Amino acid sequence: MDMFNAIIQVLDSTIRLSVPLLLACLAGLYSERAGIFDIGLEGKMLVGAFAGAAAASVFHSAYIGLGMAILISVAFALVHGFASITHRGNQIVSGVAINFIAAGSTIMLGQAWFQQGGRTPALAPGERFGAIIWPGADAVRGVPILGPIYSELISGHSVLVYVAFLAVPFTWWVLFRTRFGLRMRAVGENPAAVDTAGISVAWLRYRALICTGVLTGIAGAYLSMVQNGGFVKDMTAGKGYIALAALIFAKWKPVNAMFACLLFGFLDALSIRLQGTPLPLIGKVPVQLMQALPYILTVILLAGFIGKAIPPRAGGVPYVKER
Amino acid sequence: MSTPYAKLPAWADYGLIPVINLFVAFVVAGFVVLLVGENPFRAAAVLVEGAFGRGQGIAFTLFYATTFIFSGLSVAVAAHCGLFNIGGEGQGYIAGLGIGIVCLAFDSVLPWWLTFPLAIIAAAAMGALWALIPAYLQAKRGSHIVITTIMFNFIAASVMVYALVGFLKPANSMAPQTRTFLDGAQLPKLNWVIELFGAKIRSAPFNISFLLALAMAFLVWVLIWRTRLGYEMRTYGHSSKAARYAGISETRIIIVAMMISGALAGMMALNPTMGDQHNVALEFVSGAGFVGIAVALMGRLHPVGIVLAAMLFGMLYQGGAELAFEMPAISRDMIVIIQGLVILFAGALEHMFRPYVQALFASLSPRSVGMEAIKGKGA
Repeated sequence: MDMFNAIIQVLDSTIRLSVPLLLACLAGLYSERAGIFDIGLEGKMLVGAFAGAAAASVFHSAYIGLGMAILISVAFALVHGFASITHRGNQIVSGVAINFIAAGSTIMLGQAWFQQGGRTPALAPGERFGAIIWPGADAVRGVPILGPIYSELISGHSVLVYVAFLAVPFTWWVLFRTRFGLRMRAVGENPAAVDTAGISVAWLRYRALICTGVLTGIAGAYLSMVQNGGFVKDMTAGKGYIALAALIFAKWKPVNAMFACLLFGFLDALSIRLQGTPLPLIGKVPVQLMQALPYILTVILLAGFIGKAIPPRAGGVPYVKER
Repeated sequence: MSTPYAKLPAWADYGLIPVINLFVAFVVAGFVVLLVGENPFRAAAVLVEGAFGRGQGIAFTLFYATTFIFSGLSVAVAAHCGLFNIGGEGQGYIAGLGIGIVCLAFDSVLPWWLTFPLAIIAAAAMGALWALIPAYLQAKRGSHIVITTIMFNFIAASVMVYALVGFLKPANSMAPQTRTFLDGAQLPKLNWVIELFGAKIRSAPFNISFLLALAMAFLVWVLIWRTRLGYEMRTYGHSSKAARYAGISETRIIIVAMMISGALAGMMALNPTMGDQHNVALEFVSGAGFVGIAVALMGRLHPVGIVLAAMLFGMLYQGGAELAFEMPAISRDMIVIIQGLVILFAGALEHMFRPYVQALFASLSPRSVGMEAIKGKGA
């Protein structure tokens, strides 16, 4: 039974840890499917996290925080669009720039506004998104096997967790069942064809980037308003890059993206769980190795030893109308 | 047909446009300063005064610039080959491992002028090794170099924590850093050069690795514009198809370019470790690898430009430290914002002002932008 409880706990934290990855990964999916590489997921999450926590603590409302997180994150996405769509700049360079501006400005504004060394004030319960207890969760807790699964894994998460997992079928539907999705995929594969059909390539790509901004904003809000009770400097800690890796691993497909993010979340949860405990056969694993494991795994995945990932064909190439 | 990016005179292309981009980046940074309730003009004055006001400031500016020359060159070499090496941070960090081992082994037996070359080799080798794996994966397995080098930054950080809390630190110490290097691994200072001009310096870490940085800048220029290898790299950077058609081995050119880039990034670690702190500590690179991206873009990938841009960023770092001291509302993270803005305006938006500059030149003297030729053809 101890073993079972331990597994439930690891799976529970897997869900919690994979949510920001999943939101960022779906965010990247919109922009990369439209042909815009977005290495700035990290930065957009970070400004989202900061704006969310800052607004929530000033206005004492979690929803105003979430709205502000989305707003600022979309603004940064539009800067990326302005550089890479309107001015046909290098998309990777623009993404790197956004990450730096985000890293510097969140710390500096946080320090100037709240004077807590780059943190925002700790959020009170009403300023965070609390857990939603599903009906009957407490009643069935005692039931063996199914009870803990229902009350720990399915119930008891914040609204953003459910939003993240509902965003998966929604994204699938948008991408493969709507006109907008068809055009967006087309603009990532062959923008000239979309242009010939009389549809604006730039406007489509901008709309895709707005979707990206909304999702990274939610991801940031999740980090600072659900997982943590406030903003801490550099709190994204590379999650944006891992999400990008998950996106490649998922071959730019929404459902695969969910499984990839759950896998990375599981690894993260496992490494936290196993810190300092000796493993059978291997012995004690250094903490640093466990911490580096998601990155090492990403490199192995990217090396294509587990299936080949083919990106959208027009990805990273600015569209020039006359050619 | 429109001519999007017609030729400008060289001085406008390499001088005027970067200056305009830089100016806009600073104007936006000025708004950030306004946002935290300080006066941007006074902030700029404090910054420049802190960087160049006294001999002390100049020495620190040059000290920071040394590191940035290495990291800027590293980014530039890869960029000439069409590769974006964002892993300079990790390559420099892991080079600290090589430097640490060499210095701890030889600082009591060899004089500095023998330890230094050994440390250079160790640093370059470790940096190159750390770039080799992403390069190989890019060349052979097609995994995107940007993502893999980012991942290697994180892996390097873990390796260095492991080494520094493990075998590199002295057994009786708790701090995660090596013991202080003895005289045999401390680089001589160059402060006397500044003192020749009459300035007084109390103590500043400006050291001879600056000369190594300048030598590397020259060698990179030779490599890129005066050797066959450099020509192949530029060809591959312009058009991988053309390079393949010309019989240039894709695998070889990617791996060689990335290893040179990694070696340069590795050498960046010499300055803060052997030149300043005289030990290898946690996070001693502290973002210098990323500054290289801004420096390389600002310097338009040319060694001369990179040296100048590195001086500029050295000035920002030194002046920024003074600024954080003078104006408590502005922390040193202001530099990170400026860095980001420079990358944005000098990199991603580098063509934003070009049409306006072109229009201006065309109205002043059509011949200078080659307008007459086009007009003649049309008529």
